[in-house]
Amino acid sequence: MDVQVTEGGPLLSLRGIVKRFGDFVANDHIDLDIHEGEAHALIGENGAGKSTLVKIIYGLLQPTEGTIAIAGEQVRLSGPEDARTRGIGMVFQHFSLFDNLTVAENIALVLPRDQNLNGLRGRIAEVAERYRMPLEPDREVWSLSAGERQRIEIARCLLQNPRLVILDEPTSVLTPQESYRLFETLDRLKSEGRSLLYISHKLDEVKRLCERATILRLGKKVGYCDPRKESARSLAALMVGTQISDIHAPTARAAGPQRLVVDDLSIEAEEIHGVDLEHISLAVRAGEVFGIAGVAGNGQSELFAVLSGERIGTRAEAIRIDGAETGGDDITRRRLLGAAFVPEERNGHAAAPDFSLTENVVLSRHATAGVAQHGLVSFDRAKALAQSIISVFDVRKAGPDPAARTLSGGNLQKFVVGREILSEPKILVVNQPTWGVDAAACAAIRQALVDLAARGAAVLLISQDLDELFEICDRIAVIHDGRLSEALDARGATREEIGLLMTGTGHQTAAAHAH
Amino acid sequence: MTPAILELVLMTIVTAATPLIIAAIGELVTERAGVLNLGVEGMMIVGAALGFAAAYLSGSPLIGALAGMAAGMVLAALFGLLTVGLAINQVAAGLALTIVGVGLSGLLGAGYVGLKRDAPPHLYIPYLSDLPFVGKLVFGQDAFVYGSFVLVAAVAWYLTRTRAGLALRAIGDNHHSAHALGLPVRRTRFLAILFGGACAGMAGAYLSIAYTPFWSPGMTAGRGWIALALVVFSSWRPWRVVLGALLFGGATVLQLHAQAASLGLPGQLLSAVPYLATIAALMVLSIGARRKSAAPAALGQPFVAPR
Amino acid sequence: MRIDLEARPSRSLALDIGAPIVALIAAILLGGLVVWLMGKSPTRAFSVYFIEPLLEGWSLQELAVKACPLVLIAIGLSFCFRANLWNIGAEGQFVIGGLVGGWLAIATHDGAYQSVIGGWWILPAMLVLGTLAGALYAMIPALLRVWLGVSEILTSLMLVYVAELILDYLSRGPLRDPKGFNFPQSVTFDDVAHLPYLAEGDRLHAGVILAVLAVLIAAFIFSRTLFGFEVRLVGDAPRAARFAGFSDRWLTIAVFAISGGLAGLAGICEVAGQIGQLQPTISPGYGFTAIIVAFLGRLSPFGILIAGLVLALTYIGGESAQVALKLPNDMTRAFQGLLLMCVLIADAATRYRIRFRLGALA
Repeated sequence: MDVQVTEGGPLLSLRGIVKRFGDFVANDHIDLDIHEGEAHALIGENGAGKSTLVKIIYGLLQPTEGTIAIAGEQVRLSGPEDARTRGIGMVFQHFSLFDNLTVAENIALVLPRDQNLNGLRGRIAEVAERYRMPLEPDREVWSLSAGERQRIEIARCLLQNPRLVILDEPTSVLTPQESYRLFETLDRLKSEGRSLLYISHKLDEVKRLCERATILRLGKKVGYCDPRKESARSLAALMVGTQISDIHAPTARAAGPQRLVVDDLSIEAEEIHGVDLEHISLAVRAGEVFGIAGVAGNGQSELFAVLSGERIGTRAEAIRIDGAETGGDDITRRRLLGAAFVPEERNGHAAAPDFSLTENVVLSRHATAGVAQHGLVSFDRAKALAQSIISVFDVRKAGPDPAARTLSGGNLQKFVVGREILSEPKILVVNQPTWGVDAAACAAIRQALVDLAARGAAVLLISQDLDELFEICDRIAVIHDGRLSEALDARGATREEIGLLMTGTGHQTAAAHAH
Repeated sequence: MTPAILELVLMTIVTAATPLIIAAIGELVTERAGVLNLGVEGMMIVGAALGFAAAYLSGSPLIGALAGMAAGMVLAALFGLLTVGLAINQVAAGLALTIVGVGLSGLLGAGYVGLKRDAPPHLYIPYLSDLPFVGKLVFGQDAFVYGSFVLVAAVAWYLTRTRAGLALRAIGDNHHSAHALGLPVRRTRFLAILFGGACAGMAGAYLSIAYTPFWSPGMTAGRGWIALALVVFSSWRPWRVVLGALLFGGATVLQLHAQAASLGLPGQLLSAVPYLATIAALMVLSIGARRKSAAPAALGQPFVAPR
Repeated sequence: MRIDLEARPSRSLALDIGAPIVALIAAILLGGLVVWLMGKSPTRAFSVYFIEPLLEGWSLQELAVKACPLVLIAIGLSFCFRANLWNIGAEGQFVIGGLVGGWLAIATHDGAYQSVIGGWWILPAMLVLGTLAGALYAMIPALLRVWLGVSEILTSLMLVYVAELILDYLSRGPLRDPKGFNFPQSVTFDDVAHLPYLAEGDRLHAGVILAVLAVLIAAFIFSRTLFGFEVRLVGDAPRAARFAGFSDRWLTIAVFAISGGLAGLAGICEVAGQIGQLQPTISPGYGFTAIIVAFLGRLSPFGILIAGLVLALTYIGGESAQVALKLPNDMTRAFQGLLLMCVLIADAATRYRIRFRLGALA
């Protein structure tokens, strides 16, 4: 596989790209040049306009204004297929894979029409060999791990021999070890003369891989630099615009009594492609933030469902809240015991998108805040509660009581977290509270969790973000394939230790312990 | 039962199964693309009315069949405009289509009630068709019957062996991924809906041109709905549609024979057998396939291109 | 051609009220086109369908009587549809309600029961029986869905055919009037088994009050109670409903019971108010038309009340059009279907800004 080389000018050149959605300007006159063999980082906060720009480069969106040139030739990309034939490949963050198709079928789908599908298997094997990414062509995708899925995305991209590979937050679902291997693959791509457009907000990765960086904020290009010569702090300042305050966590916390105890919890998955939970045990003390790390799809959502009581079906004594055996209780009974929960997905799980904020207060607080009594709802009470959440957590919104879906990710998440924290729960279980949230909201949410623990609550934080876990947790355990490791002291543990557990190595001890 | 009677029974089972096979295979393709079209009954009955009218006026069953297909496609296009173009709830739009279809068929067919024409010819190959027992069954059917089997084979081949079929399955599995890769989600779905409409229209035309062969209002009698159930019963696999339709055709024919034999059971009870059998089949299938639905993952969900 | 959809940031009341009105006008224009194509006068047809029934006292009563079952059924369906459950078998539940309630009237006909304890209890018992029977019949698809995950759409629809066949059998067989010269109908109900009339002319029966009551109760449930909130939430965001602590299984059973019960009540009201006996057919498709009523009324109780009157008008207008214009009855059905399509399109327009563009559909 040789890469065509064009002399001179940039491989990809964007000039004055503008993208408007109604009144909203997602990209505001953005210029971007990517040269042959260059690894170019695109950094910015959630909502800065990165994904819109990437979709324009991949032909998924048409720019409202501005020009795109590939190898000096001005083009109008009619769609992703057009972009692919011009040598642009894409590795999506939320994989664009089909669960019920095989690996080979997933790859065959995007190959140019003139390519014969016979022998595809051989070519998949070739790419897998060359980039050291083992792949089984006949497996159905649903049965694969996140790392394996990403390999399909990358192999699918490389089979088209691209000149530019776009990678959108590729390490967000990987273990540190998997990330390391990904970087080896990416180095290899660079050495073959391919260009990379690397989208990330992990600045150490950008410094490690890229020699150019374009920084976006609120749809505008606000910086252009060589990230290797910048500090992570200066990059962050460019990205966010303002200084984000550090989280203030008390250094030493008094270990209180055990508030949330999970004792040898096992349950079969309910969903078609779900994960069975096996022998999970943990105890969260008052005043503590207990973290559960792990790669997506290793049983986190199943664990959340069982802990919250959205799913019932464990032994009553398998889950204890302040000593009360509650494994057989539904979520409302657990709330009445003083527990509160924040699920991962904001729209459609934590909140009903088309319901007003007031109605969304009724959603989780109907039993615990006197909002509903004798089957009747007091919307006035719910409204008052909504107002206090909005003011305490600084939720920005349009209109007095808008539908949840009209809020930005960060603001809706603040509302959802605030709704639960204002009930002063004794136990809070949160799943991925800062996923896709801007830095300011992210800091506010983490601070609120730490403060809640400081007031004597037990906080269980399920997260895939190791930075977040190390920042606010006292102890961290790792979930892998439905099993939970023993908890490590967050101050003593290293990323490598946690990373090993995330790949499943070292779980034997935990399993033995559970028996 | 003598072999001759048994052969006759088997013949009628095949003819009873044919419209179900044709309608269900069309709906199967539509559903594999992720669209649930509950308007099969409506498309089918308009196909029956227009198909009969065209065959009667032209004297050609072929023209009748084509007219039936065209009628089904026009209604399907309307459904496609609503569900694919405007992302309207597919269940509601399908019900509307059925209601419109039933009313429209009455208007269109009003002038043809009570008219009769000859059923299209059956195949006759000397010697082969005269073979005892299997002769007529295998070599003595009409063109619709053979056509329906060709159709199933073609659909099975298309879905599993062609790239376009692969894309269609992918779109039915996850329209967001498909869109992100640049697969034409809406175009594919629209075409799949049209195909389903053509099949439903042809199935209706078969009823009025070959099965009865005359037009009467409401003559589909829920066959469109039964075809929908057959798709579920088949777990969205083409050849299982044939199996299901034959079983179903069997239940219908046995019920008719039981009525003729006047076993003392009320006729209405026997007439209810097909509907009860459908429910029973859906139950059996669900018991067998708990936790592991074979339905296309995106079935019934409207698609709106994200920002 | 290609159609682009862009979600509207918020819903507006003007659009919510305007949309069904625009849909109705569009459907009337389309219906007029069909009438014109059939060589009849569209203006005359409009007058016969939509104006003349409103001009006379008896037809106004008739309007209320026809709207009664439509409103009752549609109110029940609004619970199902709001919860995103598709009971499309209300026609069958209507028939079973009428049948079982009517059976009591036949069983007590001139019977000894009446002379012993009086006949005051018969009518209420009929109403209760009809409601229960409709609710129980709706339990079949509901339980199959909850227990086995069978699609409620297909089962509820299949049960319509079964219900019709049962009624057909019983009214021609065991429940037939033995002194009825082999006419396929039951005895005429006694007065104590008949809904009282509210006005001169023996048309406007007390079932109308029940329909209005159902509207008021449903409006209260949706706006004030946790159950109403639950129904809406399950339909809008099922996972959020689970998070809220609501059981979708229980809710499925509850809304099917409500819609089946109201359809059954509508059935017995029709039998005990309008028809006065059992016969092989007791419904001109009310159960299906009520689906249109529910959507035209935007699933809101008061909207359904108005929509029920509009659709009742098409029934009465359709009957006169058969006589006055020789328009077949199928015209009414086709118009109703067209109306539903127009309503759905108008509904989409309240949710999205719709832009038409030339070019390939992608």
